Amino acid sequence: MSIVTVQLGQCGNQIGHEVFQSLCSDIHGTHGLCSREENQSYQDACKERFFWEEEGSGVPVARAVLVDMEPKVISQTLSMAARSGCWKYNHQSHFCQKQGSGNNWANGYSVHGPRHKESIMDLVQKEAERCDRLGGFVTTMSMAGGTGSGLGAFVTQCLRDAFPASFILNHVIWPYGTGEVIVQNYNSVLTLSHLYRSADALLVHQNDVIHKICAQLMNIRHISFRDVNQVIAHQLGSVFQPAHSAQGGPGYSRNPLGDLMETLVPHPEFKMLGLRNIPQIAESSLPYSTFSWPGLIKHLRQMLIANAQMEEGIDWQVRPPPAGSSSHSTKRPLHFNTSIANLVILRGKDVHSVDLGSFQDPSLYTSWLNPRDAWSAWRTPRAFNKYEKSASLVSNSQFLLRPLDSLVGKAWNMFASKAYIHQYTKFGIEEEDFLDSFTTLEQVISSYTTL
Amino acid sequence: AVSLPFAVGQCGNQVGCRFWDLALREHAAVNKKGIYDEALSSFFRNVDTRSGGDGPGIYKGKICSLKARALLIDMEEGVVNEILQGPLRDVFDSKQLITDVSGSGNNWAVGHKLYGYQYRENIVEKLRKTAEHCDCLQCFFIIHSMGGGTGSGLGTFVLNLLEDEFPEVYRFVTSVYPSGEDDVITSPYNSVLAMKELNEHADCVLPVENESLFDIVNKINQMINSGKLGSTVKQNSLVTSSAGSVKTHQEKPFDAMNNIVANLLLNLTSSARFEGSLNMDLNEISMNLVPFPRLHYLVSSLTPLYTLADVNVPSRRLDQMFSDAFSRDHQLIQADPKHSLYLACALLVRGNVQVSDLRRNIERLKPSLHFISWNQEGWKTGLCSVPPVGHSHSLLALANNTCVKPTFIELKERFMKLYKKKAHLHHYLQIDGMEQSCFSEAVSSLSDLIEEYNELDATKGGPRTDPSRLKIAV
Repeated sequence: MSIVTVQLGQCGNQIGHEVFQSLCSDIHGTHGLCSREENQSYQDACKERFFWEEEGSGVPVARAVLVDMEPKVISQTLSMAARSGCWKYNHQSHFCQKQGSGNNWANGYSVHGPRHKESIMDLVQKEAERCDRLGGFVTTMSMAGGTGSGLGAFVTQCLRDAFPASFILNHVIWPYGTGEVIVQNYNSVLTLSHLYRSADALLVHQNDVIHKICAQLMNIRHISFRDVNQVIAHQLGSVFQPAHSAQGGPGYSRNPLGDLMETLVPHPEFKMLGLRNIPQIAESSLPYSTFSWPGLIKHLRQMLIANAQMEEGIDWQVRPPPAGSSSHSTKRPLHFNTSIANLVILRGKDVHSVDLGSFQDPSLYTSWLNPRDAWSAWRTPRAFNKYEKSASLVSNSQFLLRPLDSLVGKAWNMFASKAYIHQYTKFGIEEEDFLDSFTTLEQVISSYTTL
Repeated sequence: AVSLPFAVGQCGNQVGCRFWDLALREHAAVNKKGIYDEALSSFFRNVDTRSGGDGPGIYKGKICSLKARALLIDMEEGVVNEILQGPLRDVFDSKQLITDVSGSGNNWAVGHKLYGYQYRENIVEKLRKTAEHCDCLQCFFIIHSMGGGTGSGLGTFVLNLLEDEFPEVYRFVTSVYPSGEDDVITSPYNSVLAMKELNEHADCVLPVENESLFDIVNKINQMINSGKLGSTVKQNSLVTSSAGSVKTHQEKPFDAMNNIVANLLLNLTSSARFEGSLNMDLNEISMNLVPFPRLHYLVSSLTPLYTLADVNVPSRRLDQMFSDAFSRDHQLIQADPKHSLYLACALLVRGNVQVSDLRRNIERLKPSLHFISWNQEGWKTGLCSVPPVGHSHSLLALANNTCVKPTFIELKERFMKLYKKKAHLHHYLQIDGMEQSCFSEAVSSLSDLIEEYNELDATKGGPRTDPSRLKIAV
């Protein structure tokens, strides 16, 4: 099954490019520490999922639609991919304007959206038709700006209308807390509330977290957006590269998005997914490091429980509540991160021997689901991106509760003073629309709080 | 996306001239292959002069002849004629010029009401023609001074006109404000009358004061002449210099100061023209820096002012550049943002600077700055990969800060001093369309603006109580 990616805005296009680059370099990498057949199977599955083959040259072409309201980024993205030599974008598969969205969500959503709906959906339709079997859509965008956020929200709605039975996952970038864009909190509130209504799930990456990973784990001195995007691409790759799902028969999962949604989104009120991937180290250190599965699993589990963002600085004091205690949140120990559902993905050497019992501990979860149903594992012996062993956790839990609460708080604070509102009403987003969005998100916050 | 500058009046055209020269220099430094690209197209048309140079222009391929997208307006011929006879003559054609002979006599009413009325159709026609040649018009720039008659009066007339004819295109204005010792006696009248128009019709105003420009020029001269070790400066890196410009010309007295303003405009538009990891367009600047429609006056500061030529001397630390941006020495107006309230702040970085450098410096500088309660993290940032000529990196800081209030209060006081005595009023009132109410409305508009800043200032240092959040029924 194939996944069509829609890259929106500067961030979406810059990240999208790094993702395809990472996928390609992974499959062309070394044997992957597994058998030839396994490796071949992996490559074929990845190619079917994300690329189609150009007639004649056989060069993989990304199943992607690139959208931006100004031309510079797309132009760069297309040429960088073409220069890579091992993959490219379809140069017809992009839509561009000249003006930009001015960091204005209303401009992206109410003006650019309707104006360019037909052209954009036309491109999406073409990519969808090119797939033998359409497995769904992944959009990648930032919440802070105007295009990715506003136009992205509009396009997501259009996708939902045009493809009611398909899975839609929004990959959303949470901006740095200390500002990239002054109105980022407004744009974020509007984006999240709208995406919540149309998408199946939101997979979130926070710039602050990735930045820390670059600084402390990868030892990068002058961190650029490229560095941040490459870490994000690696993490996404670790989720979306082929793997064997628990239920599936032999062969790689044919419905990755479906499997993901089935495991992680049992209830439409809870769609916020966080992602953790370990180990994460500087490439130069890789050959000199060894990791053990028990160690990795132990760290990953504690990262989940203590809501740690990376494998350093984990608070080992946090423990799940004792067995048999009430599931009411007030009795839960402080700082304990309650999960609804978790998905663990293991790649590399000896994966089948790994004991994941610790993730099935009922005390990690809310009481609604049978603990057996609240988690799932995917595995593949094929190593990912030069890491001999790699473990990822996609989690529907309280991971994002505090950032969300903080974001809504700041946006509300600004809204109370009415600052910048005239910039939105100018394009048709009124105060009531803001209030609707605030209400939606306060509801989400409340739901996650009382887990 | 295209930006269209209008230079109005003597000051406006002198700055404009420096701007075009330095723009050509900047693009020549980056554009090695002589291909007409997106970056060039934001300020220049590519025209095949063999076909008369009248068409919309050639869109891709080699550069034939570059024509500036601009309108040059002056009610006196002197400055514009000089431009047309000088090295930039090929960059403009006669259809972009609107001139007259007698000037406006330092009288806003003459510029606005008399010439405005007279030249309205002419201006609209030329404007439409120029706009037709633009693939996508994003922004108008008006460059003018406030104290005279043409720049001030006709300049603000054009501002009104732009709003009527092209309401969705952003209007940025670079205004040179008169100093207290300005030798034009009626400059307070002209300025306050112009301010009303700026209040009501501009999206963003970048005020500039001659004193600040003068101080910067002096500071540079002192540094060059100090003879300190390692103080040999790369000539073309001076923010005041015309060195290395594509068209060499004789340096004129105000050139150094005008170059500073030209560099301001180049830096302001750099991220819209050149690529970078975090683009910052002009419409984004307006969106992020203007929280309330009338509070759109931005304090700008430019750094570095020069780059040292001696490679043995370690280049100024990156962090120093950020500190300098918040030093009064680098501001283009005399104001004190550190002791007033920031409503919003934008940092546009050019060159090899990464997001971690940006963030580190914001963290470092934040504690010494006062931000309004609802915008504590109010930073808008942009990273453009291409540095200005002669530098490895540069920074333009734009602040929406209540420190502009004293400037406006002072302006109002100078106005009232004249107005109370009805000094020179008759020169204005004898112009058709000009009435006493124009004056009272103008000063009232200015007072309202000052009051808006007062209200925000009143919140400074007060107890911080966040508004209570919406309650959801569980």
